[in-house]
Amino acid sequence: MPGLTGKDQVLTTYANKLASLDAPKGRSLTQDALRRLARNKAAVVSIAILVLIIVTAIVGPYLVPWGYAQVDWSNIRKPPNFEVGHYLGTDQNGRDMLARVLQGTQMSLIVALVATLVSVTIGVVYGAVAGYFGGRVDAIMMRFVDIMYALPYILFVIILVVMFGRNPVLLFIGIGAIEWLTMARIVRGQTLSIKEKEFVEAARAGGVKPFTIIMRHIVPNLTGPVVIYATLTIPEIIIAESFLSYLGLGVQEPQTSLGTLISAGAPVAEVMPWLLLAPALVLVTMLFCLTYIGDGLRDALDPKDR
Amino acid sequence: MSEKEPILKVRNLSVEFSLPGGGLFGAKKILKAVQNVSFDLHEGETLGIVGESGSGKSTLSRAITRLVQASGGESVWLGQDIQKMNSKQLLALRKDIQMVFQDPLASLNPRMTAGAIIAEPLLTHAPGIGKAERTARVAEMMEKVGLVPSMINRYPHEFSGGQCQRIGIARALITRPKLVVCDEAVSALDVSIRAQVINLLMDLQKELGISMLFISHDIAVVRHIAQRVLVMYLGEVVELGDAEQIVSNPQHDYTKKLIAAVPVPDPKVEMQRREVRRRMRREASAAA
Repeated sequence: MPGLTGKDQVLTTYANKLASLDAPKGRSLTQDALRRLARNKAAVVSIAILVLIIVTAIVGPYLVPWGYAQVDWSNIRKPPNFEVGHYLGTDQNGRDMLARVLQGTQMSLIVALVATLVSVTIGVVYGAVAGYFGGRVDAIMMRFVDIMYALPYILFVIILVVMFGRNPVLLFIGIGAIEWLTMARIVRGQTLSIKEKEFVEAARAGGVKPFTIIMRHIVPNLTGPVVIYATLTIPEIIIAESFLSYLGLGVQEPQTSLGTLISAGAPVAEVMPWLLLAPALVLVTMLFCLTYIGDGLRDALDPKDR
Repeated sequence: MSEKEPILKVRNLSVEFSLPGGGLFGAKKILKAVQNVSFDLHEGETLGIVGESGSGKSTLSRAITRLVQASGGESVWLGQDIQKMNSKQLLALRKDIQMVFQDPLASLNPRMTAGAIIAEPLLTHAPGIGKAERTARVAEMMEKVGLVPSMINRYPHEFSGGQCQRIGIARALITRPKLVVCDEAVSALDVSIRAQVINLLMDLQKELGISMLFISHDIAVVRHIAQRVLVMYLGEVVELGDAEQIVSNPQHDYTKKLIAAVPVPDPKVEMQRREVRRRMRREASAAA
């Protein structure tokens, strides 16, 4: 960029000098929070386990001897058997449980990730706009949220599925489009308090446009509650997905998800416990980890209110 | 007073807020925060505004910068009524009138570095300049307000209160405004830092030739920095005049009380003054 005055050439060296050697980097609030998080043992262990689960779910399918849709005609409904490579046994159709659990975990994680992203994006923008502009805009926007709340989400998802057919992407969007409601309420509440801060007034007095104020001054200061709530939303979404799959509205065979696996394993738990135990253990571990991470993040981002 | 046309002319300015409540059928309650305030401000001049909490000082300053809408009267900035400006004129006004706020830490976005905070007005008012020039200007301004430019990448929570207020001043001055409104700019600082910041403001004012509206509840501070003083009480102007004259010869009872409230760093004098204050209180209660 040449700049208005044309002095940029001379100034660049000066600016570079300031940016590099002469100006030590300050420690931002986020860095502070991460440091505090690193000191929280439960959270660190949870992160490690979660990362392990994620990596296994992504890499694992390439390493196991059986595919998740592959039928082993000689081993149907068999408990774990290390010799033929069915480490977690096989299901009623002779498919390898380990492969299926890995695939199911992968699917549940993707649903959780996409749905959380959708809900965070919509929720933050919606809530921040409603909170910042206030007055009538706020009233109308929040009444819409109230109406959406009153709508049972199962009904919403069923309508979506009936209209557009069964499609995992639709499922993600459907769940995300419901989960943002709470996020929007939380963000709106936070925005109401942040917009009264003097730095927002300073920006207004400086002539910064409303949308820029929201993006530059309000949204970054929402990090704490948003990150915390997002980590608590992930388990909620995994459970919602499990529930929908249980009802038969979720992912389609031969693909599977943790919820589908559990729903298939539950009725036969007494005769073939391995069908239930493996997916249930993964789900429970994941939910525990996410809860601990959420707790750790809350303490790290908001050291004042413990 | 100079013969030149004042840069800011305020005439009968009023601000009202409607209070919540009053019921569905009851009359709406209205709070008259500022009533019929008039004054002139000349180029390079400092006008002090004093008054107790809730006397409408801050509301007055926010009406002048149009952060709140006035309900009556007019405030004319360089021949244009601020209340009737369109968005383009308002943007130009925001470049010319900047504010320094009371709470040094709360007026800085905790997620932005000092450099980004000071540079923000430049992003709005001079978007054409390059990044390097912006950094250079920020560094120059930091030096001017007594901060080391190498602190440019630090975050507000790594600065002391006085330093934060210097960042706030740097942000206000970087667009080269014609008027700076200091809303209780030094009230949150402790006494020694307060003196430093006030002297800094006075030096910068002399150097850059800016006008200042200096709002404070402390008449001693205002007397030090301002040439003229406007005393407000319950939203109305009770006295307006030369700073020295008002302090040495206050006309209104309220001004007298304000002056009497300022502590003097001499125990003997302070004791006598306490005597006077007690007598005033006795007279007031006797009258009531």
